[in-house]
Amino acid sequence: MDWISFIEFSLIGLFSGGLLALVALGFVLVYKGTRAINFAMGEFMMLGAYLVYTGHTWMGLPLWLAVLLGLLGISLIALGVERLVLRPLAGQPVVSVLMVTIGLGALMHGAVDAIWGGRNLEMPQILPRKPLLWGDILIPGPIFWSFWVALAVIAALSLYFRFSRTGIAMRAAASDPITAYALGIDVRRTQQLTWVFAGCVGAVAGTIVASISSLSPALSATALGVLAVVILGGLDSVLGVIIAGLVVGWLESIAVGYFGGKARDLVPYLVVLAILMIRPYGLLGTRDIERL
Amino acid sequence: MSAAPLLSVDDVHLRFGGIRALGGVSLAVAAGQITAVIGPNGAGKTSLFNAISGFYRPQQGRLVFEGRDISQVKPNVRAAMGLARTFQNVALFRGMTVLDNIKLGGHNRMRASVLQAMGYWGKSSREEMALREEIERDVIDFLEIDHIRNQSVASLPYGLQKRVELARALAMRPKVLMLDEPVAGMNREETEDMARFILDLQEERGMTILLIEHDMGMVMDISNHVAVLNFGQLIASGSPQEVRSHPDVIEAYLGAREGRAVNASQGR
Repeated sequence: MDWISFIEFSLIGLFSGGLLALVALGFVLVYKGTRAINFAMGEFMMLGAYLVYTGHTWMGLPLWLAVLLGLLGISLIALGVERLVLRPLAGQPVVSVLMVTIGLGALMHGAVDAIWGGRNLEMPQILPRKPLLWGDILIPGPIFWSFWVALAVIAALSLYFRFSRTGIAMRAAASDPITAYALGIDVRRTQQLTWVFAGCVGAVAGTIVASISSLSPALSATALGVLAVVILGGLDSVLGVIIAGLVVGWLESIAVGYFGGKARDLVPYLVVLAILMIRPYGLLGTRDIERL
Repeated sequence: MSAAPLLSVDDVHLRFGGIRALGGVSLAVAAGQITAVIGPNGAGKTSLFNAISGFYRPQQGRLVFEGRDISQVKPNVRAAMGLARTFQNVALFRGMTVLDNIKLGGHNRMRASVLQAMGYWGKSSREEMALREEIERDVIDFLEIDHIRNQSVASLPYGLQKRVELARALAMRPKVLMLDEPVAGMNREETEDMARFILDLQEERGMTILLIEHDMGMVMDISNHVAVLNFGQLIASGSPQEVRSHPDVIEAYLGAREGRAVNASQGR
């Protein structure tokens, strides 16, 4: 492979890493807020995309309104899940919560299959399709733009957590719920908000992924691939998953370039595995130190 | 004590399975006074604090704050009503700066709703400025922690961390300030600083303080009223002098009747 192709594959990989980081952020939000890994993340993505599809294609709404309604819908669903499924589990071991999210994912999967059917649907084009040409390098438009959308969402959330009062309260409640409670923070409210944010992040990512490829229940499997990103970045580090998203995106793309499409799923995981043997807590994750 | 107490604990029973943490404890916290709760390890002091802040729900008994029965009120609402506390182990948010930690104490007083607070403008931002000013004046200057405001709390020495935790509780503008072992693990100088801050709070601001402490010297020096717990029971209550010479207290601490007066610091 010549240098031009190498650069092209690298850029495509880095740009597609943005979406990986965005989905990973959905995992990190829930992990930080509740110490559980949300295995239904992929289903949130898928469901969000279906809601946008329904608003736009079935109800004939303009795209922006369909996206807005999709976010609203997924927020309500996230609130419902928090209220009906997760709150009754408060105080139970994290493993129980984790198992429940797996079940929840299966349920959502089945519901989507029942309502919309299992076939591939044509998602409306959300991002400009026009490819970018830089000399001999060609970057597909949707991949390029998806990167910036993902980055914008991540940046907005980071600023929110850093500077807004509710954001700071959410961080406080995530790091020490008891103390947050004693300070008058409504920890239940912040946990609800955590699920809403994670749901919305998933819906945005799902909508973009579906518009780049196509919409089917199989979309939810994308999130499982992102788990490697999450683990590599460190479960509780936002910056970590951004870096890890870029790394894994780049690795996937380069693997495809050198070894063909089959290598796409293999090479990144091998590298992630190797890195984790050196840094088991991820690139930027919190290192748990047990003081004896 | 003629006026009704600001906070009263009324025959509170708290059991965990077969273990009785509190067996009918009653305690009155008078406004503007420093009330200390002492007792050997495992006597139920922290359980009592947790029952007052709402983390534990007593099976029996009532908690009355400003004349209102708060037994069924959630912890965050109790905090917003004016019951602020610190914890035995420093419970600061380690990833945040000193100022962010302190500002979280003012969180419960903010009027702006969640949606408004999501933004950073209008009413929400005006409140933010007012809170900033008040914290600067009444908390940061008062506790002499101006120089560390932008440092991460994790990098601070232990004594200062405890002081930041006190600062955060003060930012809640509490009606009752509950301190769980404010000087535990501190050296002599740090202990004296902390005792001075607590006394200043009472004398200059008329603050009502309820504290748990093992440092007998400090308790006897600054408290107006001392309550002694042992095995979940209140065994004595009164002025420091009365408590110091109470035979049951001496027995609880020294395990024998012919003990000396309990005025030395209790070693831990």
